[in-house]
This record gives sequence, structure tokens and C-alpha cells, in this order.
Amino acid sequence: MSRPAHRRPEYHKINKDLFVLTYGALVAQLCKDYEKDEDVNKYLDKMGYGIGTRLVEDFLARSCVRRCHSYSEIVDIIAQVAFKMYLGITPSVTCNNSSRNEFSLILDKNPLAEFVEALPAGRSSLCYCNLVCGIIRGALEMVNLAADVTFLQDRLKGDSVTEIGITFLKKLDEKKCRRKK
Amino acid sequence: MADTVLFEFLHTEMVKELWAPVARRGGGMSLSVLEGLGFRVGQALAERLPQETLAFREELDVLKFLCRDLWVAVFRKQMDGLRTNHQGTYVLQDHSFPLLVPMGSGPQYLEEAPKFLAFTCGLLCGALSTLGFQSQVTASVATLPACKFQVVIQKS
Repeated sequence: MSRPAHRRPEYHKINKDLFVLTYGALVAQLCKDYEKDEDVNKYLDKMGYGIGTRLVEDFLARSCVRRCHSYSEIVDIIAQVAFKMYLGITPSVTCNNSSRNEFSLILDKNPLAEFVEALPAGRSSLCYCNLVCGIIRGALEMVNLAADVTFLQDRLKGDSVTEIGITFLKKLDEKKCRRKK
Repeated sequence: MADTVLFEFLHTEMVKELWAPVARRGGGMSLSVLEGLGFRVGQALAERLPQETLAFREELDVLKFLCRDLWVAVFRKQMDGLRTNHQGTYVLQDHSFPLLVPMGSGPQYLEEAPKFLAFTCGLLCGALSTLGFQSQVTASVATLPACKFQVVIQKS
């Protein structure tokens, strides 16, 4: 063979597919285990939370983020550094209120749902990618930032974009700067 | 690259939440939840592999393919050893299995190790299924992070 096996482009794609396919199988399994969409959503969020609490260390080890002085800096880092690093996309960020603690991440493309054309029948309230909300919530909590993270819009439900809302629950003390995911 | 990391984190979380011991009866093929997930993923992954790999002549070629191409695609390394009795039983050895590497190497972790192999057993089984072979796959760990996968091809 002229090229070493692990450099072939198909294998790189398979490695990316591994996570997406595993996630899809997991969601399918949870749909079998739980009848109600809310229960699946909660479970995905819970698993995401567990992942997020550990992922944040991995993130901080790989990136050189500087200390953040505002929530909007934090959300920018989540969108431009973390999402890019782990999912290969850069959502755009909007701030939703004047007190600057509510933000949205707008995802044009959602790699987790790459192989999903539509939600399964009878599962119209399923937040397919709820794991991501849990991950963000868990990661933020590990750096002492409590936040609510939910899907506000979802392409899989027929919306035009996929939108994740992040609402920080405490006022960030300007004097206490924390390194953030 | 960070993609692999996401899978590893997801896998660990799945083991934490979904692992449950399964009583196996003699000829029964009941898969644990984790093995079932791995099976589905293995089936799908094998379908995505380059077309020329799907024209196999012999069972041994298929196993070699799993040890080289599939393992590299999924775990970024080749299997370290393959043995067979030439009667349908194969032992695949990995001296440093990536899903076991993050675990400590002390004996107290040995008990937990099988939980981290269930998904991958299913993965191998699912890939073999796509490639036309029914099998039973089990795994064992003697010393972390090395492990062995035993594949028994079922004769129809």
C-alpha cells in the first residue's frame, strides 16, 4: 500500500463518524427505555453533565484561554474554541438581554445530527442533541458558573436553525476573574 | 484530534450509566445493552469502509482486516496480535487498548475493566455481521491496559 493506513482520508472520516454513530445508537436505546420524550431529554442532559464536568479539564489542557472578565467572553470561547475543537463547527453568538447574562449559540450545521433526517415517529418533543446542553452546563459548573442551558430552536423539529440558549444564573463578580470553558 | 476524545468521554459515561451484568445461557446470544450499542455502531462503520475491502475471499482475511483497517480507523492503531486455531476461533490481542489506557493499572481496576470492553465486543460483532459472519465475541483483561478479544465465528 502506498500510504500508511491511518492516513487514508476514509479512516479519518470513520473516526469522526464513530462519535456521531455511537450517539445515535445511544439516543435510540434511550427511546426504547423511556416512553416520554422529557425523560429521554433529561437523561441525555444528565449524561452530558457528567461528560462536561470532565471535558472541561481536557479543554483547559488543550487550549490557552485567557481569563475571562464577562459572560460574553465566556460564551465566545465556548463557540469559537470549544465547539470548534470538539465538533468542528463555530456557532454564532447573540446576546439576548440587556443585563448580558442570556446568550444564544446559533448552529447552522449540527454534526451530531448528521445522519438524522427526522425525529422518530411519536418523538416530536425529543431534544436529540440534549447531551450538548448537559455538557455545557456541567463544564460551566466545574468553573463555578451556574447556568441554564437548553435548546431554544431545533432544525430537527422544523425550525430554521438550531439554537442553544445559555442563561447565567449569578451575576459575575467583576473582580473575580475565572478561566473559562 | 479532539474527536476521539469526545467518543472516549461518551463511552465512559455510557459505561457508567448503562452497564449491567447479563447472565449468559449456554447457546444464548443475549447481548448486554452496551454490546448492543456497539453492535449497531460496528455494523454502520463496516458499511462505510472502502469498497475494495468488502470483497473477501477467506475468513482469515476478514479477521486481518479487523485487526488492521478497522482498528486503525476506530482506535488509530493496529491490533498487536492475532492468533487462530484455524477452526473458527480467533484471539485478538491489544497490548495497549485505548479505552483501557485512562484507567489506573492497579489490580483494583481489573474488576471494572470488562465493562469498558463490552461496547467494543459488540463493535467487532457488528462489523463481522456486515461483512457476512455471525460471531460471538468476548474479551478478557490480564494486565491493564492490555486485553484480548476472543472471536468465535458461528458456522451456519
